Amino acid sequence: MSIMILAAAILLAQVLLALAILFAGIRVIRGPRAQDRVLALDTVYLNTMLLLITLGIRTGTGFFFEAALIIAILGFVATVALAKFLMRGEVIE
Amino acid sequence: MNDLPLWAAIIVSVLLVLGAGLAMTGSLGLLRMRIFYQRLHAPSLASSGATTCIVLASVIASSIGSNSLVLHDLLIGFFIMCTMPVTLMLLGRAALYRDRAEDRPVVAPTDPLTVPPRQD
Repeated sequence: MSIMILAAAILLAQVLLALAILFAGIRVIRGPRAQDRVLALDTVYLNTMLLLITLGIRTGTGFFFEAALIIAILGFVATVALAKFLMRGEVIE
Repeated sequence: MNDLPLWAAIIVSVLLVLGAGLAMTGSLGLLRMRIFYQRLHAPSLASSGATTCIVLASVIASSIGSNSLVLHDLLIGFFIMCTMPVTLMLLGRAALYRDRAEDRPVVAPTDPLTVPPRQD
């Protein structure tokens, strides 16, 4: 019983997170300016990280935790570098 | 997926669906809103609410599944909570700078956070 409830909830959560990634991906493609694309890419990073944590709950291993942590750190660094590039025209001055 | 007791499965399920729904709402807002400064607010729904719910679900599931306190998932939540406001504020200021440089309509004519130049 509890396994059935949990499996259904995990499936629903994965579908919703995939929809979230799809919407952000549409904004990456359609975004009128560069900052829209950077913002949407950051949202894709965040939602992918949430999807990996959900996958970790489903499999019950600690393997996906490290992948999620690395994605969180890389997403932060990438977005900050892109914002700096949009503002200054170069990343390292 | 270990065999959790029924109450834990219900709590984890509610937190998971709530968090994923919040993330989906944030991305839908990113897709639907008109101008960039409105869109800037949408992903914070995913970074605050959705991350809290899903990380809590993961902590509860792994703690009860392994019969010991497993807290390392909170690290992700803490990290996202710390970095996402910094990211969004940097992006907003970069967009404001670009819009001013190209004479586009912006939300504020002058920057309220800049230090005025010294008169000497």
